[in-house]
Amino acid sequence: MANVTSTAAPERLQLLRVLGPAHVWALGVGIVLVGEYMGWNFSVGKGGMIAGLVACWVAGLLYTCVAMIDSEVTSTVAAAGGQYAQAKHIVGPLMAFNVGLFLVMAYTMLEAANAITVGFLLDTVAGMLGHSGLNQKPFIILAVMFLAWLNYRGVLATLTFNLVITAIAFVSIIVLFLSVQFGGSAVPLDFSAITSDPLPYGWVGIVAALHFGLWYYLGIEGTCQAAEEVRSPARSLPYGTMAGIMTLLIAATLTWYVCSGLVPWEYLGQAGTPLFDAARVTGSTGLMMLLFVGTTFATLASANGCINDASRAWFSMGRDRYLPSWFGAVHPTYRTPYRSIVFLVPIALIFALGAPLDQVVTFSILSGLLGYTFMTFNMVMFRKKWPLDTIKRGYVHPFHPIPALLLLILCATAYVAVFLGYGTQLIAMMCFYIIASLWFHFWRYRFVKRGDQFTMPWPRPNGY
Amino acid sequence: MDIWNILEYAAWALSALFGALMLIDLVKVDTTFDNDLLTSSREGEIEATAERHTI
Repeated sequence: MANVTSTAAPERLQLLRVLGPAHVWALGVGIVLVGEYMGWNFSVGKGGMIAGLVACWVAGLLYTCVAMIDSEVTSTVAAAGGQYAQAKHIVGPLMAFNVGLFLVMAYTMLEAANAITVGFLLDTVAGMLGHSGLNQKPFIILAVMFLAWLNYRGVLATLTFNLVITAIAFVSIIVLFLSVQFGGSAVPLDFSAITSDPLPYGWVGIVAALHFGLWYYLGIEGTCQAAEEVRSPARSLPYGTMAGIMTLLIAATLTWYVCSGLVPWEYLGQAGTPLFDAARVTGSTGLMMLLFVGTTFATLASANGCINDASRAWFSMGRDRYLPSWFGAVHPTYRTPYRSIVFLVPIALIFALGAPLDQVVTFSILSGLLGYTFMTFNMVMFRKKWPLDTIKRGYVHPFHPIPALLLLILCATAYVAVFLGYGTQLIAMMCFYIIASLWFHFWRYRFVKRGDQFTMPWPRPNGY
Repeated sequence: MDIWNILEYAAWALSALFGALMLIDLVKVDTTFDNDLLTSSREGEIEATAERHTI
C-alpha cells in the first residue's frame, strides 16, 4: 500500500483531475475506431482476404504489446505528455524531445486526415442527394475549429463527448454484425475467395498488407496523454487502456468478418468507406444510416482525441522549456493547455487543406511507428533501472521482455512494409527528425532547467 | 442556391465564430493574468502532493 500524504499546494495552475477509466477508454478507442471504418481495407487490396486477416491479428498482437507496456510505464509516470514524460525520465532529454515530436506529428497529421475525411463524407452524401461539387473546405475547417474550441473549454466535456460518440460508433459495428449474422442482409456472407484466391499476390502480399493493418489500432497509446487529468492514474490508465485494446480487437475482427463476407475483396481493397459500403450491400436503409452515423462519429471522435493528445504533448514540452515556455500555460478557468490547443489549429489546417490524404496518413503512421520503436528499449531500460521491487506500479505487464522484443520485431517488419510503398516519405521523415534533433541539441537545450525536468519521486536508478 | 450552398456558408460562419471565441478569450486571459501564474504548472505536482512511491 502506498502512503498517502497531502501537503498544502502552492498557488499554481494545474490541469484538472476529473477523468475516470471510461474517459481514458473513450480517448484511446475514440482516436482509433475510425481505422475500422476506413483505411484498414487497403490491406485486403495489397494481399487479399487472408492477408487482410493476418494483418489484422498481427497488428493486434503488436498493439497488445504496446498497450501492456504503456500501461505499466504510464501507471508510474503519471504526467501529461505520456511517452514524452516517460522518455524524459527513463532515457534522456534528446529522446524525450524526439518522442514529443513523434506524438505531436502523429496526432496532428491524424487530426488533419480526419478533417479531410469529414469533408469527403459530406461530399459523398451531397452527391447521393444530387448536389455535385460540394466545397469541402468550410466543413473541414469547421470540424477542426469546433473540436479545438471544445478542447479549449475543458477536458471533461471533451472526453464525455468522445465517450458518447465513440460508444455509438462501436455499437454500430456490433449491430451490423448481428444483423448480418441473423439474416438481416439481402446478400449472404460469402467467403469463397479464401479458398479460390487465397493469396493473390503471394506471401509478400501479407507483408505489404501489414502497413494498413496498423490502421485498426493506431493511436491506442494516446491514453497516456490523459495521465495528469485522471483522478487515479495508477488504476484508471491501465484499466482504460487494456479495455480499449480489447474493444479494438473485437471491433477489428468483426469489421474484417462482415466486410470481407459482404464485399468482393477486389472492391473492398479500394473502398473509401468499407463498413458503410458493407451496410449498403445489405440493402437495409436503417443499417446504411446507422453506419453513416457511425463513420461520421468515429471520424469526429478521432479528431477530437488527437487535438487533446497533441496539445498535451506540446504543452508538456513547453512546460519543460524544450519549446518556448509560452506553450506551457494553463487556462485559469478551464484548466486546459489553451495556448497549445490554439497554436496547433493552423498547423492541422495547413495539412488538412494542402496535402493529399494518403501522404498525411503515412506521415502519421511513420511518426507512430517511431514512437513504438522507442517503447521497446524504453521498457527494457525501465525494468533494468527500476526493477519491480523498487517503485510501485499500478500495473505490471507479464512475460517481460517478450512483449518488448515482439514489438521490436513487428516494428521492423512494419518499416519494411512502409518502405515498400512509401520509401521517400520514410526518408524525408527521418531527415526532419534528425534536423530537429540537431536544433534541440545545439540550441534549444541551453534553455532547459535541467534539474527541474525530472519530477518523479523515484529512488536512484540501478547503476547510478 | 440549394441547402448545400447554405450549409457551406453556415460552416464558414461557424468556423469563424469558434475561431474568434478562442482567440478573443486567449487575448483576454493573456492580458488579464500574469504570465508567471499562467505558466506555473509543474509536472509531478500530483505525485508529490498526493501519492508517494513507497511499497
